[in-house]
Amino acid sequence: MLLIGERINGMFKDIGKAIRQRDPKPIQEWAVKQTKFGAHYLDVNTGPAIDDKVSAMKWLVNTIQEVTETPLCLDSTDYNAIEAGLELCQRPAMVNSVHADRDKIERVFPMAKHYGVKLIGLTMDKKGVPKDADDRTALAMEIVAAADEFGFPMEELYIDPLILPVNVAQEHAIEVLKTIRNVKLLANPAPKTVLGLSNVSQKALDRPLIDRTYLIMAMASGLDAAICNVGDEELVDAVATSRILLNQDVYADSYLKVFKAGREEA
Amino acid sequence: MAIEVLKERYSSRIREVVLGATPEQGGTRTHTITIGGDSTLPFLHFEGEVPHRPVVAVEVLDRVPEWSPTLTKYYEDVLDDPAAWAKKAVEQYAADLIYLKLQSADPELGDSSPEQCARTVKDVLGAVGVPLIVVGSGNEEKDNQVLPAVAEAAAGENLLLGIATQDNYKTLTAACMVHKHNIIAQSPIDINICKQLNILISEMNLPLDRIVIDTSIGALGYGIEYSYSIMERTRLGGLTGDKMLGMPVFCNVGYEVGRTKEFNAGVAEFPGWGPQEERGIVWEAMTATALLQAGGHIVVMRHPEAIKLVKKNIDAMMQKNGF
Repeated sequence: MLLIGERINGMFKDIGKAIRQRDPKPIQEWAVKQTKFGAHYLDVNTGPAIDDKVSAMKWLVNTIQEVTETPLCLDSTDYNAIEAGLELCQRPAMVNSVHADRDKIERVFPMAKHYGVKLIGLTMDKKGVPKDADDRTALAMEIVAAADEFGFPMEELYIDPLILPVNVAQEHAIEVLKTIRNVKLLANPAPKTVLGLSNVSQKALDRPLIDRTYLIMAMASGLDAAICNVGDEELVDAVATSRILLNQDVYADSYLKVFKAGREEA
Repeated sequence: MAIEVLKERYSSRIREVVLGATPEQGGTRTHTITIGGDSTLPFLHFEGEVPHRPVVAVEVLDRVPEWSPTLTKYYEDVLDDPAAWAKKAVEQYAADLIYLKLQSADPELGDSSPEQCARTVKDVLGAVGVPLIVVGSGNEEKDNQVLPAVAEAAAGENLLLGIATQDNYKTLTAACMVHKHNIIAQSPIDINICKQLNILISEMNLPLDRIVIDTSIGALGYGIEYSYSIMERTRLGGLTGDKMLGMPVFCNVGYEVGRTKEFNAGVAEFPGWGPQEERGIVWEAMTATALLQAGGHIVVMRHPEAIKLVKKNIDAMMQKNGF
């Protein structure tokens, strides 16, 4: 299970401010902290409010790499910003994300292949996020077909079926679970799957409980990765325990400790 | 028509463990032995790397054993002298390394003192140039006195010391830490305990590349299939990235086979089973070769003819095939 730390995102007030003022301190603190919590990747998102995303992304990548060797997941709708960041990445990175639109596919797949990175593909297109699993799966199929077309390795492709907040779009949660199962049947080897987990609990009351419960359900459906709050200890414990119950790791009495010490691969 | 050979790719490999130390490295061995390092299942050269051949350790005791005469006749002249026994095992029976069991330390089998045991180890080190495996008598309380003394006396030799178990690992781990030896971590055919013990040992800061695991084995006809599946699962765990399972594996074959009915019963008792010695040789060799297929890196053996067969088998299995 790949855990991608969500915290370095301009949507968070402290990060947004730090990016605007080019203050490395909060960025580096979160980079180190999330690494300590066992993040396998750090999501890096300038946030929508930044005008010059290219220079912000370059600054973020350099700032983070000064303090940690954890690989980065470059998250932006501005592909030039992603490409500028990729050029600076010292370790194989992840790109978040491509949509099921032809123009985006043609821009992102060759870039992802060129830099040898993992790629997240969202099951959405210009029409938005589909309502049900069938339509999500159809968009996933377009991305899978594109991977084939551009010679991108299927094991490096992560389909994100896009979970929506349960307090406003309750009917989506189960459709996303179905999509995760469907995606596994689209190719052999199967593409991987990822969720931007915290979205499920946006503006709800007990966010950690909702996140944790949904992540376990998604793992049982075959989820391979999550962009999440890696500092939520109970969430990470639930991941470690799910891995044991799904027979993905061998049980030992100290399995929680071992999982958190990052001794086991994703 | 060309056939495409399906190949599995693993994310990780089995850790390498180095045994013994040459004079430049602070020991007195003529050479070191490296085990492990595999990036695939046993002997699948077409799929991954099998950088080091499995090795045969020959068992030597520090007291005259109650073994079958079909076995003791090969060691008759040396049974009361562990150093001479070890020398014979290396020079005549081609032991890759020596497995010395300090059985006489057992309070009921001689109660040798820690100092005596340490002397025996030094004697054996003086008699042979190969790396050494040294284990206690199996009496935990006594082993906790004997093994630290051995570890200290042989500091620098980079021994493989055993046996650590889930209930008794701290003293030996500490001794291995201080005097820089490797440890055998034994679990009772139980992969969960195997992993847990490795975690516990590594939490005492002994590096993972100083641990060799003994998943416990049964001889052919005595539960070998359980050993086989545990070893295979351990190997797969190690290859798929579980660092707490990716250690080389130790198999105490001679001991387990030496207590089977098939090894010890005379032909008069079971006329249909064929001649005792030949049967025993095949039993030991079959057990060892099956466990090498399951992922064993060190097999401890006793019968010289069985050792020959197993070494021949290893030679053959280390040939790369044409795929």
